[in-house]
Amino acid sequence: MDFKDAYKWVNLEFILEGFLVTLEVAAAAIALSFLIGCIAGTVRYMKIPVLSQLAAFLVELVRNLPLLLIIFFTMFALPEVGIKFGIVQSAIIALTVFEAAMISEIVRSGLNSIPKGQVEASRSSGLTSFQTLWHIVLPQGLRRMVPPLVSQFISLLKDTSLAVIIALPELMHNANIVIAHNFQTAVPILMFAAFLYFVVNYALSLASRRLENRMA
Amino acid sequence: MLDFTILTDNFGTYLRGFGNTAYASVLALAGSFLLGTLLAVFRITPVKPLQWIGTAYVEFVRNIPLLLVVYLFFLGLPSIGVVLSPFACGTLGLAVYTAAFIAEAVRAGILSVPKGQMEAARSSGLSYGMTMRLVILPQAVKIVIPPLNNQFINLIKNSSILSVISGFDLMFYADRIASDTYVVFSTYIFAGLFYLLLTLPLSYATGWLERRLARHD
Repeated sequence: MDFKDAYKWVNLEFILEGFLVTLEVAAAAIALSFLIGCIAGTVRYMKIPVLSQLAAFLVELVRNLPLLLIIFFTMFALPEVGIKFGIVQSAIIALTVFEAAMISEIVRSGLNSIPKGQVEASRSSGLTSFQTLWHIVLPQGLRRMVPPLVSQFISLLKDTSLAVIIALPELMHNANIVIAHNFQTAVPILMFAAFLYFVVNYALSLASRRLENRMA
Repeated sequence: MLDFTILTDNFGTYLRGFGNTAYASVLALAGSFLLGTLLAVFRITPVKPLQWIGTAYVEFVRNIPLLLVVYLFFLGLPSIGVVLSPFACGTLGLAVYTAAFIAEAVRAGILSVPKGQMEAARSSGLSYGMTMRLVILPQAVKIVIPPLNNQFINLIKNSSILSVISGFDLMFYADRIASDTYVVFSTYIFAGLFYLLLTLPLSYATGWLERRLARHD
């Protein structure tokens, strides 16, 4: 194990650059998948005909496929039918599709966890079903969704590492390049990478726990 | 749009990958179940150092990517003179990674058994180990099965990580078929169908079990 060669500033800087890409791609995918997941989850909660069944089918399909396959498919198979994306776009799109399916399930079960009596009370007070959702169910449901949502975001951040297969220049990709120069640096470099992932993800999970306590 | 000759011409290749994916998943499940249960017991024993080990393991592994764990076996071990096959590295990585999640599921299951059960068994003269084995764990199993099933589905999907280190799994062979035939779209659609063949039945079984167990409560 060559700690001295591994922890040279050039290497660390290169890996940190990769980490920045990881964070950027993750942030974009988190924002998009949260938006789409919320819409799909709400559509299924409100049982909007046709759309609800369509969403259910897509969610089941995507949830049961490996993310690696979805990334590969977006990058290399879609161009065959005339849809072409760059590396960064492919990574963001694939991550978004996969995580949106997971998030829609979280949103759906969060909304379903609100007692039916509340919906009935609100509807009989004259609120429309949309108003009921917006003012009554969603604010309460969101509170219950925070812990599973945050753990899903942590998963997403970890899953960005799978984009190495399409050569997205993120943390693991750059770590791999450094290791390829000198295999003796493998353990120290991987430890550094683990440290970076751990710090961000652990901070996220602590924040989620604190938020949960405050709301309770 | 779908080229069915891809499936018929390469059926043997697909099957080989399918078999290896199933094999790696079952091996990793067995390994992660044993390690995960051990870690869960570590976390709830009254012995402090064991608690620390359990907590440190779970918190560390849950917060790093699977790929990194697999790389530690694949790239890290050779630098201390241990060289394993890519298949072994991938399967070990999967087991070590999934164990952290299984530990959490098992711990939650054990904690959901009412405290009175432990107290009653202990005051009837059973040792801590016997109470765990005879009273607590049999009741926890029922609660743990659905989340465990979910972990198994994740494990099957995650086993595609083997392809990154050429571990001869379904994704690896799909890559090979795609690069032999230059037909990417159909190749991966069929690969996806093979994955669904493994994951969908489990996914439905989990839903069914959850509904059934909920009815008995």
